[in-house]
Amino acid sequence: MFINFFFNLKSRGVPVSLHEWITLHHALAMNLNDSSLTSFYNIARAILVKNEIFFDRYDMAFLDTFDGIETTDEMLEQILAGLKKVKELHLTEEEKRQIEQLNLDEVLKNFEEQLKQGHYKNHVGGNRAIGTGGRSTQGAWGYNPAGIRIGQGESRHRSAVQIAEKRTFKNYSSDITLDTRQMRVALSHLRSLLPIGAGERLDLKKTIDETCKNAGEIELVWETKEKKSSKVMLMMDVGGSMTPFSELVERLFSAASSQISKFKHFYFHNCFYQDLWTDMERNKSIPTMDMIKSEDSDYKVIIVGDAEMAPSELTWVNGAIDYWYYNDTPGIVWMQRIKEKFKDIIWVNPLPKRNWEYVHSIRMVRDIFPMFELTLDGLDEGVKFLMSGKCALYSRK
Amino acid sequence: MNYFKGTEDYVISKDLRDNVNVSIALQRPLIVKGEPGTGKTLLAHSIAKALGKELIVWNIKSTTKAQEGLYLYDTVQRLNDARFGDSDISDIKQYIKLGKLGEAFASKEQLVLLIDEIDKADIEFPNDLLNEIDEMSFYIPETKETIKAKTRPIVIITSNSEKELPDPFLRRCIFHYIEFPGQELMEEIVHVHFPRIEKKLLREALKKFYWIREFDMLRKKPSTSELIDWLQALIIGGISEKDVEKEIPFLGTLLKNKEDMDIVQKTGKTHYAYNTSMRTRNVY
Repeated sequence: MFINFFFNLKSRGVPVSLHEWITLHHALAMNLNDSSLTSFYNIARAILVKNEIFFDRYDMAFLDTFDGIETTDEMLEQILAGLKKVKELHLTEEEKRQIEQLNLDEVLKNFEEQLKQGHYKNHVGGNRAIGTGGRSTQGAWGYNPAGIRIGQGESRHRSAVQIAEKRTFKNYSSDITLDTRQMRVALSHLRSLLPIGAGERLDLKKTIDETCKNAGEIELVWETKEKKSSKVMLMMDVGGSMTPFSELVERLFSAASSQISKFKHFYFHNCFYQDLWTDMERNKSIPTMDMIKSEDSDYKVIIVGDAEMAPSELTWVNGAIDYWYYNDTPGIVWMQRIKEKFKDIIWVNPLPKRNWEYVHSIRMVRDIFPMFELTLDGLDEGVKFLMSGKCALYSRK
Repeated sequence: MNYFKGTEDYVISKDLRDNVNVSIALQRPLIVKGEPGTGKTLLAHSIAKALGKELIVWNIKSTTKAQEGLYLYDTVQRLNDARFGDSDISDIKQYIKLGKLGEAFASKEQLVLLIDEIDKADIEFPNDLLNEIDEMSFYIPETKETIKAKTRPIVIITSNSEKELPDPFLRRCIFHYIEFPGQELMEEIVHVHFPRIEKKLLREALKKFYWIREFDMLRKKPSTSELIDWLQALIIGGISEKDVEKEIPFLGTLLKNKEDMDIVQKTGKTHYAYNTSMRTRNVY
């Protein structure tokens, strides 16, 4: 039954390896969890799960496996409620010997019976029932070597299953849309776009050359590897249905811009036309054609937008949503042009993936650009695609 | 056996304490992850203090290479010494300098090794240390020596999750994620720093502190260390809890950013939570 936990974790996509599973058994063999399910919940998580984004899935797997399990935790809880600390018990040697003759099985049986009968309530001293300071087999601060020691020190006030049920780590899960807390984590995923640091090494050949020329006086020559910088371009949909997302996305990338040596960003509304804005308020703009002509084609381009619009905005002349704006070329043609110019290009969509199929314009845009969700998983895949041209969903032709 | 119970000046949750003890018992490194200012680095100091062991700190930078932690063969010094022939350079040993990891292995006593902010380094960095951390030994080809730990050090690794750590490395570790402390635990933490702080002031200050943390748009949410600084400022400034209710004095100690301060100050006037705290001020 226990092995089910392992498979439950696996089936929920928590990357657990056999190595870790065996480590957990080592820990259990050493009784590091103190025979408590609550400690087990915590320790097993520390050993099996190595990223907080999986904590939620771990909780669910834990619930699946251990829901309704009978634990001593709750029993303890009930007993403790009735226990009070009293003076420690002093026994003669003879009495101690008598008590030692009891065996643990009997004691456990006795324990459960007494519990059922409700003997534990506020019981102090005495020889039979559960209580404190007594000679009975149950309770704390008493004397009985075969006894069950309960409640010395503080107890945990919630059982593990309840903790798991709360699912406190839901927000850390990687498949929900990014919120602010996760910005930093998301940034770390963009970091794989960053150049690899410069190395410094002793150039042996040149050092020998220089040293010889210098009549034996040592002259060290260091060789520095050149930095390979990556260029990133962000194009973002602002206004309309994107308003709730715009500030989040803006911040994600403005933080990124300080780390990427060449960073450009442009804005558009719903679809590209002959102008691209350079500020969020859409006051300043440059002609799209100029951008396509003048920028290098090795930019990694990330387009952020919900791609939710009327199909006419994509396909019609003068289809642009802003009534004062006239476009003589349909938006979809501009999309094609941009796609042809930049070979590494992805579209990141803040809408959940399950909705994509129902929106006609998203389907159209997806035919042009590889589309990813704006979640940690989605960004991960997207960045992978930008860097290598391959990922689980798409591969560059 | 070593059993870590925590120290007086470091408040620790039971979960984290359990995990520290598991990592000590299983002799595996403990990776501690969490928001900045949740006391990741202090944990190692606290463990060293509680168990009476020496602490070696290895601070990782973006340029740190795994090799530096093991040993350094100072070839340039040797070359330099060889020039004049006045010192004996045949003994390579004197040019081998052990790094932090090497030091921890070579020590006779068990000690605590803190590898701080491992995610700062190159992505390959943890992978390069896999075998060394697993076996707690490494080989120096120059002197044909093997440095092997007599007693496995207690290894604490902290990470700010700037980069993901490689899976094979994680598999060998115990993992703990420090959540941001709730109000109760935070009160305990504050009491460690200011044992005689006024209750009312603390409560009011914490209310404001958690209220500020609620803002989603903040670039940098204030953390425990900023709260401690702020309280220090409040105490030194002789600010009473009434003033804290009305406004937020010394906001600059909590927020380090112009935009963040604007957001809080602007919202502060109209925000519901802020106003309720004004309305209920006579309750306490």
